[in-house]
Amino acid sequence: MHTPSRQTLEGWGRYPRVDSDVLRAESRRDLVSAVTSNGEHPVLARGLGRAYGDAALLDGGLTLLMERLDRILDFDPETGWLKCESGFSLDDLVRIFLPRGWFPPVVPGTRFVTVGGALASDVHGKNHHISGSWASHVRNVELLKSTGEIVFCDAERNPDLFWATAGGQGLTGIILSMEVRLQRVESGAISMETTRFRDLEEFLDVSAAHVDWPYSVSWIDGLARGKSLGRGSFMAGRHAPAGSKGKAGLLSKLPRALVSGRFLESNLLLNGLSARMFNAVYYRKQFSKRSRSTVSVYPFFFPLDAVDRWNRMYGKRGFFQYQFVVPPDPQHLALKQLLTAISESGTLPFLGVIKEFGTESHPGLSFPRPGVTVALDFANTGQNTLELFTRLDDMVADAGGRVYLSKDARLGVDAFRRMYPEWEEWKRVRDEADPLNMFQSELGRRLGLVGEMPA
Amino acid sequence: MNVLILGATSRIAQSIAAEHAKDGDSVLLAARDREEVKTIASDIQVRHSTRVLVGDFEATDVDSHPGFITDAVEALGSIDTAYVVFGAMGDQEGSQQDFSAARTVLDVNFTGAVSISEALATYMEERGEGAIVGISSVAGDRGRQSNYFYGAAKGGYSLYLQGLRGRLARSGVHVMTAKLGFIDTPMTYGMKTKIPIASPEATAKALKNAATKGKNTLYYPWFWRFVMYLIKAIPERMFKKMKI
Repeated sequence: MHTPSRQTLEGWGRYPRVDSDVLRAESRRDLVSAVTSNGEHPVLARGLGRAYGDAALLDGGLTLLMERLDRILDFDPETGWLKCESGFSLDDLVRIFLPRGWFPPVVPGTRFVTVGGALASDVHGKNHHISGSWASHVRNVELLKSTGEIVFCDAERNPDLFWATAGGQGLTGIILSMEVRLQRVESGAISMETTRFRDLEEFLDVSAAHVDWPYSVSWIDGLARGKSLGRGSFMAGRHAPAGSKGKAGLLSKLPRALVSGRFLESNLLLNGLSARMFNAVYYRKQFSKRSRSTVSVYPFFFPLDAVDRWNRMYGKRGFFQYQFVVPPDPQHLALKQLLTAISESGTLPFLGVIKEFGTESHPGLSFPRPGVTVALDFANTGQNTLELFTRLDDMVADAGGRVYLSKDARLGVDAFRRMYPEWEEWKRVRDEADPLNMFQSELGRRLGLVGEMPA
Repeated sequence: MNVLILGATSRIAQSIAAEHAKDGDSVLLAARDREEVKTIASDIQVRHSTRVLVGDFEATDVDSHPGFITDAVEALGSIDTAYVVFGAMGDQEGSQQDFSAARTVLDVNFTGAVSISEALATYMEERGEGAIVGISSVAGDRGRQSNYFYGAAKGGYSLYLQGLRGRLARSGVHVMTAKLGFIDTPMTYGMKTKIPIASPEATAKALKNAATKGKNTLYYPWFWRFVMYLIKAIPERMFKKMKI
């Protein structure tokens, strides 16, 4: 076993930053020995660091990097079941399996996540209304417990442990491997339809008219107010038939090293003015009410991945993504109230996304619930940003909604418990699975999900 | 082509296997850790749809080496290129305090590497073709107080390969010595240095290319040839006083 190295780690939002002893596991043996010989320190597994806040951060403990446990263990080309180690990334998955006619069952907005991270966040994507979230497509999850014991779990076997692990932010144990069922696709292209909507009512009409499209997501202008509140552009897609060629994104033609947020690292670049300009231009980019095109899966599913380390464009202070879901409501009172509060605050979001979730939801701390979800990026301009979020938390909790923990860096424990009444039952299962209280994170400590290690 | 990889569980070895599998070559992955080598084999098989075999190999069990090569030839059909990748960095201080620790470093990196290379040489010389790629280290170019057991073993192995290259040249068998600098492995992970660290994937590509071109000695990354040239040029009376 090699000695850990002291490093400063941050999430994708670059806030907060913590120091941790970091060990990169080269084999499963490294993980088992790290867990069994690390009696007095807390431990946390970390994937590719795409959680925005502090879900993959551990101050003072031992952080285990999973990126080299990225091996494929088996693939059944008859059924699409893929067995792989938890550090296997969706980037590798798409690169290897799309040319063979397979695609992940669910993808989040970036392909630079591991399958282990996808389960620990129970990620959702543009097809949530049809396919649910990641954990719906997974079986035989292999979990390393703090005792060094390895157990299998899924919806049939050890279901309590499985549903505590899905969306459980890595706090039930270390996910070693899993099986995930890929979906057959005919081509690497997406037939896409874009529809402009002028307000929230129209968004819901357009969304309802497209329920049979497997993928949908909308850009929303988080700055628009009054009559334009909730305006944006709705994108629906489906895998194109065999032989279709999709347009690649413009930036993908350039060498990746050149298209990097590192060159634009500044605290000043993304501000209220540039946010206004960006959102105004983006709204008018879509000239006609409706348009159709065929694009590659990359710009459709992972538009921001085209810019390496785009998070650097927010500068050293970092940024937040505020993502919430509120239950269905014909009047959309909460949604209107939230969007109004945001657009009238001095703290302006840069990029916003809105989507209607399907009816499927999972137990435990998994985020998706029926209703409408909105995600908005805010530069970290200090106290005013945090105060806005605190006000939004109340509105979300009052409406029976919740915020997404994988995006969160600052939610308070009281608001969390209102949003996730499941927390108590979740913690009971977790405490039973990890009686040593070994698996911890800054998020877990902040939200009262883990206690102190027993002395 | 049929490729044998000895010490197949390191990330460098894994990447070498993948580079060859990409070209449709058959590979035999040999290592001590059976479970880990099977994991790597299944990964390469699914990614590259090629023939991947696994074998048990113990570097320090030199008596088993000739038999191991016979079995490997039988399993693969032939051995066209063999990579001797295994190695153990050891712990300098531990080796000074307890000679058995030093001995393991010598047994793995020198005796074991020489023994299996010799068994390969016998097979390839008789066959009249093949290539042996020995993974050595820049640490073997000059003895340093901070890791001279490892350096001595690697330096000895480099000299062995040099001699073997001469012997096998006339029978059409190529021997390449690869002197690696800092590669992103557990040996260098977390090291604070301004010197660039190469990825195992890039290293594997470079090794395969150089071996294909019939290079005799490869320094990788390339600038280590000059770094070691300079280090070797330091007069001994100064060098012995340097904390290096």
